[in-house]
Amino acid sequence: MISIEFLLATGIAVVTATGLYLMLQSRTFAVVLGLSLLGYAVNVFLFSMGGHVSNAQPILGQGPLLTDPLPQALVLTAIVIGFATTGFLIELALRNRHESGSDHVDSLTDAEPTAPEERA
Amino acid sequence: MLLAIVMLPLVIGTLFSLWIGHRSRVLSALLAGSVTLICIAGFLSYTPQIMLGESIIHTQSWVPQLGLDIVLRLDGLSWMFALLITVIGSLIVLYAAYYLAPEDSVPKFYSLMMLFMAAMLGVVLSDNVLLLVVFWELTSLSSFLLVGYWGHLPEARAGARQALAVTGGGGLAMLGGMVLLGQIAGTYNISEMVVLRETVQASPMFVPAMLLILLGALTKSAQFPFHFWLPDAMAAPTPVSAYLHSATMVKAGVFLLMRMYPIFAGHVWFEGIVTTAGLVTLCFAAFVALFKHDLKGLLAYSTVSHLGLMTFLIGLGSPLAPVAAVFHVLNHASFKAPLFMVAGIVDHETHSRDMRRLGGLYRFMPITALLALIASAGMAGVPGTNGFLSKEMYFTEAVGHFATHLWLSWFIPLLITLAGAFSVAYSIRLVHDTFFNGRLRLDTSIHPHEPPWGMKLPSLFLVVVCLLVGILPAWLAGPVVEVAASAMVGQPLPEFHLSLWHGFNLPLLMSVVALVLGGLIYAALIHQNKIHQWLSESWFGVIQGKTIFNVAINGLFEASGKLTQRLESGSLQSYVFWLMAAAAFAVGLVMWPSSLGTGSRPLIPANGVAGVLWVLLLLTCFTIVRLEAQRFITVILVGFVGLVTSMTFVALSAPDLALTQLSVEVVSTVLMLMGLALLPAVSPVETSLAKRLQHGMLATIVGAGVGWLSWLAMTREHQSISWYFLENALSVGGGSNVVNVILVDFRGYDTFGEITVLGIAGLGVFALMQGMRARRGSADAHGRLLTFEQPPLLLRVVAALVLPFALVFSVYIFMRGHNMPGGGFIAGLITAVALVLQFMALGQEKSMWLMKAAGGQLFVRWLGMGLGIAGLTGVGAFFFSKPFLTSAFGHPVVPVLGELPLASAALFDLGVYGTVVGATLLTVSVLAQVSQRSPQQNSPDVLAQEGQA
Repeated sequence: MISIEFLLATGIAVVTATGLYLMLQSRTFAVVLGLSLLGYAVNVFLFSMGGHVSNAQPILGQGPLLTDPLPQALVLTAIVIGFATTGFLIELALRNRHESGSDHVDSLTDAEPTAPEERA
Repeated sequence: MLLAIVMLPLVIGTLFSLWIGHRSRVLSALLAGSVTLICIAGFLSYTPQIMLGESIIHTQSWVPQLGLDIVLRLDGLSWMFALLITVIGSLIVLYAAYYLAPEDSVPKFYSLMMLFMAAMLGVVLSDNVLLLVVFWELTSLSSFLLVGYWGHLPEARAGARQALAVTGGGGLAMLGGMVLLGQIAGTYNISEMVVLRETVQASPMFVPAMLLILLGALTKSAQFPFHFWLPDAMAAPTPVSAYLHSATMVKAGVFLLMRMYPIFAGHVWFEGIVTTAGLVTLCFAAFVALFKHDLKGLLAYSTVSHLGLMTFLIGLGSPLAPVAAVFHVLNHASFKAPLFMVAGIVDHETHSRDMRRLGGLYRFMPITALLALIASAGMAGVPGTNGFLSKEMYFTEAVGHFATHLWLSWFIPLLITLAGAFSVAYSIRLVHDTFFNGRLRLDTSIHPHEPPWGMKLPSLFLVVVCLLVGILPAWLAGPVVEVAASAMVGQPLPEFHLSLWHGFNLPLLMSVVALVLGGLIYAALIHQNKIHQWLSESWFGVIQGKTIFNVAINGLFEASGKLTQRLESGSLQSYVFWLMAAAAFAVGLVMWPSSLGTGSRPLIPANGVAGVLWVLLLLTCFTIVRLEAQRFITVILVGFVGLVTSMTFVALSAPDLALTQLSVEVVSTVLMLMGLALLPAVSPVETSLAKRLQHGMLATIVGAGVGWLSWLAMTREHQSISWYFLENALSVGGGSNVVNVILVDFRGYDTFGEITVLGIAGLGVFALMQGMRARRGSADAHGRLLTFEQPPLLLRVVAALVLPFALVFSVYIFMRGHNMPGGGFIAGLITAVALVLQFMALGQEKSMWLMKAAGGQLFVRWLGMGLGIAGLTGVGAFFFSKPFLTSAFGHPVVPVLGELPLASAALFDLGVYGTVVGATLLTVSVLAQVSQRSPQQNSPDVLAQEGQA
C-alpha cells in the first residue's frame, strides 16, 4: 500500500534536491528558481511536522476531527515571506546584471557574451 | 577604603591626568603625584593592623553568577607590594616630569601610568582569583600601551606587540588555570582555597590547573624560555622600564607564585618546575647580560636573572627561602630602579646608551656616577648594601637545601657562585664602561652635564635606602619582611635574624669567590676593550626566543591567510556548496548513529489522484534538471510544482494555505517572467560535467536527508501544543478559523514581525531599483513579441470586468477570515492579483496613471498605512491597560446588516491586508518601471547600461 506520508516524503526529497541543484548553478536566474523550489519543499516539510489526519476539518465546529492549526499558521506567513524573498532576489539579479554586465552569480563578465543559439 | 584606594588611580588618576594634561603638563604630573601620595598614605594607615599580622578584607558582589566578586585582601604580602608599587610610582612620577621631552605627550604618559598602577594594585590586593585575572590582563594591556608609548618607532611597536602576545597569552592560560582551580576548590577566593589545600592537591585536575597558572606567572616574570619579551620591551621610555620592567610588573609573576604558595607548596611538580625555571633563567641571563652593549639591554637581562633568583627561591620550599625571596623583591627594586633611571639620564644627556660609544662620563656627571656606583654595588652584592644580605640568604638556602644530595650538593653552589660572578662582572661593567674606561667615545659635539635634581632625587632616595638597609637590616627591613613572608607562607615563620655578619661560613666564601672571580672576568674582557667586538646576538643563531616567536607569528599569519584564501574564494557558487555540505554533514553526524527508524503511527492510504500528481511532480522535477538552461520552460515547470504544492494543501485540509499558495504562485510567476525579459533566455553551459555530478550528488544527499527526516516525523505521534489554540480560539479569540485566530490574535506579535519583514523586502526592492533603467527587446529570439502592440480588446474587457468582482471577493474573503478560510493575507494577495491583471491588460504606464501611483510612491504609502494600522491596533490595547496586541471582540447588531462578528483582531488583519497589497504591487510596479521597451525593433536582450555611463 502506498501511503500519503510516503508520497509526501519522497516528493519533499525530490523537490529539495531539484531546488538545491538549481541553487548551485552559476547563473542568477537558476538560483531564483531553485530558491523558489526549495521554499515549496520547506513549507510542505514544516506543514507535515504536525502529522496528517485523513478527512480532518480545518474549521471549528464542522466535525470531530481537527487538523493541527499551528504548522498551518506558521507556513502561511512563510509562504508570503518566501514570495517577498523571491521578488527581492529577482530584482537583485537584475541589478547585478545591470552593474556587472553579466548574470553570473559571482559577477564574472562573460567571455562569450551569449550562447550561440540566442544570437541566431 | 581598600576599593577606594584602587579606584582613585583607576578612575580619577587615569581620567583627570589625561584631561588636565591638555591644559598644563605640570598640573598633570602634580595630579598623578598627589594621587600616588594619597595611595601611599592610605596603605600606611593600615600599618598597625598589618604589623599585628591581621589582614583586612573588603567584599562586594560583582558578578556572583560567575563567582567573580570584588574581594580585596590586604595582608603583609599585599601591603608590602602595594607600598612598593606606590612608592616607586611616586618616584617615577617625579623622574618622568623631567625626563619627558617637550614633544612627548605628558597626559598620555601619566594617564597610562595611573592606569597601570591601579591595575598592579588590583593584582596584589585581589583575593578573588577571577578579579586577579581581570587586573592581571589590565597590567598587560596598559604595559602594551606604555611600551608602545613612542608609537612612531617601529621597534617600540614590535616590542609592545611581542610583550602583549607573550604576557597576554600567559594570562589566557592563567585564566583557564584559575577557573579549573576554582572548580576544584568550589570557591574563587584564595583565602578559602588555602584551607582546602590537601583536597585541592589531591584532585586529578590540580596539575593541569597549576601548570596553566605557572605559565601565566613565568611569562609575566620573563622566565626562560619566555624571557625574550623583556629585553625587547626596552624600547619603552626609561621611566616605564624603571617602573614596569624592574620594580613592579615583572614582579607580578613572582607575586603570584608567592600568593599561590600556600596552595601549591609541597607539590613535587611545583617545586621541580619553579626551581628549574628559576635556576636556568638566573644563570643564563646573568651570562648574557655581561655581553649586552646597550645599557638598558644589560639591565633587562640582569632583571631577568634576578627574577630567576626570586623564582628559584620560591620553588626551593625550605622554611626560610620565602624570607629571602620577599627580602630580595624589596632590595632588587631599590637598586634596579635607580640604575634604570641612571641609564635614562645618560641617554638623556648623550643620546646614546651604547657602552661601546660611552665612557669617561664621570668627569661630566660625578653625582650620577656615584649613584650608579652604589646601586651597582647593591646589584653585585657588595657588603654594606642590601643586595649582599639577600644574596647571602639565598646562598644559605640553596646550599642548605641541596646539602644531602649526591652531586647537586656541589653542583648547585658552584653554578650559583658562577652566576654570582657574572652578576658582579656586569655590575662592574655597567659603571666602569660608562663612567670611566678612558674618554667619551662619542662625537665631540656632545657636551653632557649633570641633569636637574628632579631626575637624580628619586635615585638618591633609593640608593640611600639601599645603603641603610644594608647596614641596619634588622631595624629597617626586618618587620616588613617578616609580616610579608609569614603572610606568603600562611603560617608563622621559624626564628630568623637579618644581620650583616653571620660568621665565616660557606655562603660568605661563595660571596667572596663571586666578587673576586667577577672582577677577574671583567678585567680580562675589558682589556683593550675586547668585549666591545663581541656580538652576543649572533651566538645563538636561530635558537633565540625572539626569532622563534617571529617565525611562529609569521607562520600563523601565513597559514591563516592561506586558509582564508581557500575558504573565501569569492565565489557564491562554492559558498552555497560548502554551506549545504556542512549542514548535511552536521545533521548526518547526529542522525547517522541514532539509527532511528520508521515510527508506529498508522499511515493514511493514498488514492489514485495523489499517485498521479506524485508521478507528475517527479517528471516535472526531472525535466527541470534536464532543461535547466531553457529558462522560460523552467519558469512554467516551477509554477507547476507550486500548483502541486497548493493541491497538497487542499488535500490535507489546509484551505488557507492552498489559497495563499495559489495567489502567490500567480504573482511570482508574473514577476519571474518580467525579470526574464531583462535577462538572457538561455543559460550558457559552463559548469564542467564533474562539477555538475558533484552538485547532483550533494543535492541528492540533502534531498534524501530532508525526505528521510520528514518521513521520520510523519510516522511518529507527537505532543502538540495546539490543543490550547483549539480550545481557546472561539472563547478567547472569537473565531472558529483557528489558523487565522493564531495569526492575528494568539501569535499576533509574530505576524506583526512578519509583515514588517514583508514591508522591508518591498522597500528594499524599491531602493534596489532606484536609478536603474534597463532596456529590453520587444521580441524574443524567435521573433515573438514580448508586449502587445495594442492591449488586446478581450483581455481589456475581461480585466475591467474582473476588477470589481475581485475587489468585492477579496472584501468577502477578508471579512470571513476569522471564521472561515480567508483573512488579510489571502485577501491582500487576491487584490494584488486583480491589480496585476490591470497592469497586463492596460500596460504599465496607463494603469499607473489611472491609479495615480506616482512611480510606486502610492504603494509605499499603502504599505506604511498597513503597518501603521497593525501597529496602532496593538498600541490600542495599552489604553485598556492590556499588553501590546491584546484583542477584544463583540457581536454588535447593526441596522440592515444584522449581527456582525467584530473583533479588534480584524483591524489588525486590515493592517496585514494593506501591507501585503502594498508590498506586492510595489515589487511588481518597480520591476515594470525599470523595464522599458527598446526603441529598436527585433533586437532581443539589449541591456543599456546607463547607470554605468
